[in-house]
Amino acid sequence: MPSTSDFLMLSATLFTVGLIGVILRRNMITVLMCIELMLNAVNINLVTFSHMLGSLEGQIFTIFVITVAAGEAAVGLAIIIQLYRLKSSINVDDARNLNG
Amino acid sequence: MDALTASIPLLVFVVVGTIAVASSILVVAMRNPVNSALFLLLTFLCVAVLFVMEGAEFVGAVQVLVYAGGIMVLFLFVVMLINVRALPDDRILSPYWTGGAVVGAAVFVLLVALVRPGVYHEQNDNPLALRSTTVNARHRVVQPDGTTVRKRYTRQQVVGNSEAIGMALYRDYLVPFEVASLFLLVAMVGAILIGKRELGIDDEDVDPQYIVDRVAEEKEMKEAMSA
Repeated sequence: MPSTSDFLMLSATLFTVGLIGVILRRNMITVLMCIELMLNAVNINLVTFSHMLGSLEGQIFTIFVITVAAGEAAVGLAIIIQLYRLKSSINVDDARNLNG
Repeated sequence: MDALTASIPLLVFVVVGTIAVASSILVVAMRNPVNSALFLLLTFLCVAVLFVMEGAEFVGAVQVLVYAGGIMVLFLFVVMLINVRALPDDRILSPYWTGGAVVGAAVFVLLVALVRPGVYHEQNDNPLALRSTTVNARHRVVQPDGTTVRKRYTRQQVVGNSEAIGMALYRDYLVPFEVASLFLLVAMVGAILIGKRELGIDDEDVDPQYIVDRVAEEKEMKEAMSA
């Protein structure tokens, strides 16, 4: 069985890849996907500690994180659609002003 | 043979973990968002396998249903809705890529230093805890005078992982669960409100540029009024 640290290292790698994606990519849909990637890395952490400590709380929080991720994706994608209607672009650099 | 059987989980972890990391890198590297979405799907499935390996079968199933089923369909739907081919195919990287790479490397080094082997103990103290729950039970107690009374007590009962999560979710975390349902309702209403077209300008021949022009016009009028 792989150790706790193996899972945590994998989670750290996924989180870093997601973070780099959020900072580097300009396509807003890809940025949102990278946020999902980071949330998944967090979920791996929670489930790993739940396994390590023999406690269900980590898995419960994972379910709540998945719920929040679903809501966040829905609202984020709606904002992207509205931005595309407004600017004909989903480049993050084009979303500079907040006053519409 | 025993050593071989014992090494299977590690082998599965290495293979699935490698696929997860490789496909997550491809999510960031792919130019076309459809390719990114499909590699993200692969990453989600690999993470679901990892959840099952760690005794979280229910969370693994939820991962496949909600992430791979729901969120990915949402992403692909939006990618189809937005005409990706029509977008200008300029540089995909942000101009701040050096800073981003430095921040990413620093965070990676920091995280690995925190979770390096030997920091956390490896043994699961109570492997049955992830699939057991406390239940209320009654048992008969014969009293000295011959009558029997029923006394309540709680005991640990080994059930499945799903049942243990269900008991915890609907008993100990009932209020957060209800708040989560309210959150989903708010997110749904918000997404519909934000995503709907403005009334009066949803004719087919209207260009999105029309909105930009109208905003610029209003801005000019405001400036002229205040001047």
